[in-house]
Amino acid sequence: MADFLPELSRAVPRLADGLLVTVEATVLGAALALVLAYALGLLSRSARPPVRGAARLVVEFFRGTSLYVQLFWLFFALPMLGFRLEPLACGVLALGLNFGAYGSEVVRGAVAAVPRAQTEAAIALGMGPALRLRRVVLPQAHALMVAPFKNLLVQLLKATPLLSLVTVPDLTFQIDQLRSSTGATAASYLLLLGLYFGLAVVLSLGMNALERAAKARAGQEGGV
Amino acid sequence: MWDGEAALAALPTVLEGFGVTLVATVLAFALAAVLGLALALAQRAGPAWLALPVRGAAGFVRSTPLLVQLFAAWVLVPGLDAPVLGVLVLGVHYATYLSEVYRTGIDAVPKGQWEACTALSLPRRRVWRAVVLPQAVRNVLPPLGNYAVSMFKETPLLSVITVHEMVHEANTYGSTHFAYLESFTLAAAVFLLASWPTSALLRRLEARLAH
Repeated sequence: MADFLPELSRAVPRLADGLLVTVEATVLGAALALVLAYALGLLSRSARPPVRGAARLVVEFFRGTSLYVQLFWLFFALPMLGFRLEPLACGVLALGLNFGAYGSEVVRGAVAAVPRAQTEAAIALGMGPALRLRRVVLPQAHALMVAPFKNLLVQLLKATPLLSLVTVPDLTFQIDQLRSSTGATAASYLLLLGLYFGLAVVLSLGMNALERAAKARAGQEGGV
Repeated sequence: MWDGEAALAALPTVLEGFGVTLVATVLAFALAAVLGLALALAQRAGPAWLALPVRGAAGFVRSTPLLVQLFAAWVLVPGLDAPVLGVLVLGVHYATYLSEVYRTGIDAVPKGQWEACTALSLPRRRVWRAVVLPQAVRNVLPPLGNYAVSMFKETPLLSVITVHEMVHEANTYGSTHFAYLESFTLAAAVFLLASWPTSALLRRLEARLAH
């Protein structure tokens, strides 16, 4: 314990690298998840049954099989089919697919919650489907999406330590190295928990600001 | 490539792991359901000196990764078997989620119910036990079920503290028989087959309770 602090200060560059990998995995995973959430969420509201059915099938598949199985499948099983991905790419792909499926339910629900009269008014004004979605429905849906997306984003951040199990040198991986070199188990893990808590708080504050902005844009200042 | 015989050979091992997964989920969820209610009541009905620290601690546990909590508990709490420790950590982690669910359910009980209790001058204990909680629990049954399903899908994490649940078994079988593709695909299929009907049932329950 006495030599933990000097060891810690020597380890700072490695911890910073680990932190960067964790942030990278969170940002890339969230970006992929967001794209998939919109695509799958809007497609599962399609008027054409085959399109809707296919989107639902993909969503149910990635929600129903555990994230851990998906990650391990990409890392261990996919190479047996002849495709080998970088560990970080496996992680980002698994996070994106899993959280994208959950996020698509948020998008679908938020779009469905926009009053039908809004669409009808837009039709009466002669707006086409794309313009209606972009200028009328989505801005109002966004205000409803931000709070559930905040929860999903914090969940995604909390899932990133999993990547250390498939050899990605993230924050958890680096602190585990520090722990085994110093033997200061309690201090290392407390530091790690504190760092994740700090990251979660930063993400939450950022998303709160986004929520206020989205509500203001939809003309809902002061809340819904 | 996919080998049907290897998959068939891996099946008993994976299913054995599934048994452990199921038992761990049931026990951890029972703990989370009880502890979550206690946490919610401490925050909602307890004195400020209790409510504030409970809220802070629950928020901290909720915002930090389960994997790191498992590692930390594994090395810091000696003398407990891995499955027992795993169930405890999983249960406490989910209790912090469920306390928020209970809180929402309690807040959704109409204000008139509280006022009626005051008008009848019911004692505080009876207000909670006979009026508020029965309605609150009914409100939260569907979300509780959804958390049970998501807990089920997070039990593979217990493998990091050597609990022999399904993904651990699939991993071990895959590495000793060089059959990762078959063993992990089977594990994925079992998760899908088990969680799909449960989610569908929960949606029906939700629809019924909504009336």
